[in-house]
Amino acid sequence: MIEKQVEVKLKTGLQARPAALFVQEANRFSSDIFVEKDGKRVNAKSIMGLMSLAISSGSVITLIADGPDEKAAIEKLASYVQKEK
Amino acid sequence: MPKVRTKDIIEKFQLELVSGAEGIYRPITTSDLSRPGIEMAGYFAYYPAERIQLLGKTELSFYETLSPEEKRTRMERLCTDITPGIIISRGLEVPPELIEASERQSVPVMRSTMKTTRLSSRLTNYLESKLAPTTAVHGVLVDVYGVGVLITGKSGVGKSETALELVKRGHRLVADDCVEIRQEDEDMLVGSAPELIEHLLEIRGLGIINMMTLFGAGAVRTHKRISLVIDLELWDPNKQYDRLGLEEEKVKILDTELPKLTIPVRPGRNLAVIVEVAAMNFRLKRMGVNAAEEFSARLTDAIEDGEHDYE
Repeated sequence: MIEKQVEVKLKTGLQARPAALFVQEANRFSSDIFVEKDGKRVNAKSIMGLMSLAISSGSVITLIADGPDEKAAIEKLASYVQKEK
Repeated sequence: MPKVRTKDIIEKFQLELVSGAEGIYRPITTSDLSRPGIEMAGYFAYYPAERIQLLGKTELSFYETLSPEEKRTRMERLCTDITPGIIISRGLEVPPELIEASERQSVPVMRSTMKTTRLSSRLTNYLESKLAPTTAVHGVLVDVYGVGVLITGKSGVGKSETALELVKRGHRLVADDCVEIRQEDEDMLVGSAPELIEHLLEIRGLGIINMMTLFGAGAVRTHKRISLVIDLELWDPNKQYDRLGLEEEKVKILDTELPKLTIPVRPGRNLAVIVEVAAMNFRLKRMGVNAAEEFSARLTDAIEDGEHDYE
C-alpha cells in the first residue's frame, strides 16, 4: 500500500466533469484506490463518493492505493489533479 | 474540524446569548456536562473546564450567599480559555461577576428557560449523537421492509442498479456510493448520505439521477439504522458460497458487529429480489423463525428415525 499527499491544482477543483475523468482514470487500475480529505476517505472509483468531498483547487488530498499497479495508479492520478488547466 | 461548536447548541436549543459572544466558535469536545456546584464552593482541583457548564437554581442560590470577593474569584476561575460555554437554566438572572469574567476570557454565557435536569438530558443526547464516532463506507444503504440493508461490493458490481430496482419495488434509498455511519449507541449504527449527494443515484449509462424528484418523497430517507450487510461479489467458481444459511457471518463496522451475507453476482440473477428476501428472512429470524435451523433439525430427526428402522 502506498500513500501520497498532493495539492489539487486544477483551477476549477474537482467539479462534476473533472471528477468523472478522475474516476475514469482510477477505474483503469485494478488496485483499490482511495482519496482522503480532512479525515474523510472515499473510494476513488466511485464518482458520488468523490464528489461528496467537494475538493476545491488548492486543497490537499491524500491518494492511497493498494494492489498490483498501485505505483502507476498514484502517479497517474497525482499528475491529473496537479495539472493546472 | 470540530463536529460541534457552541454556536450549534445556541441554534439548536434557542439559547439566549448573554455575553462572551467572541467565543461562540469554541469547539465542544465531550458530551459530558458539568454542574459546577463544588467549584462554586471553592474546590477547583478536579474542575472539568472542557465541558459545558450548567448553572441551575442550586448553584446560583448558593453563589448568592458568597462574599463579593469570593463571587469575583470563583467566576474568574470558572471561565477558562477552554470552557466551551456556561449555560444558566430556568431563565435565571446572570450574576454580573460572571458577565465580567466571561467577557474577559470570551467564554459564551447563555441562558435557557428550560429546567436544569431537562436541559441537561437534552444536551447530553444531542452532544452524544453529534460526537459519536463516525466512518464512511463505500456502498449503498437502502431501507427494505424497514430493515436497513447496507449493500457493499467492488465498483461496478451492480450496487446502484440493485438499489434502483429496490426503489422501483417500493423500498427507500438512504445513500448511494458513500454512506456516512455514526455509532449512536452501543450496537447501533446509523447511516446517512453526505449532504451534497443526498437523494442522488449514479447509474452507468444514465448518469446521476435524483430519486426524490423521480420517485417522490416516499422513495427516500435521510437516515436509517443499519441491521444487515450484503456484500455483492462477482461469481467466483472456485469459491464456496453458503448453501444452507446455518452459519452467520459477521462484519465489524466501528465497534459494532453486523450480520453479513455474501451474494455472488452473475448475469441474469435478480439481485433486488434476493436482497428483498434476505431482508425478510432477517426479520423472520429476529422473530424467532429460522428456516435453515428448523429444516436441519427435521433432517436430523429423520436420519435418527431411519437408524431405528434398521435396528
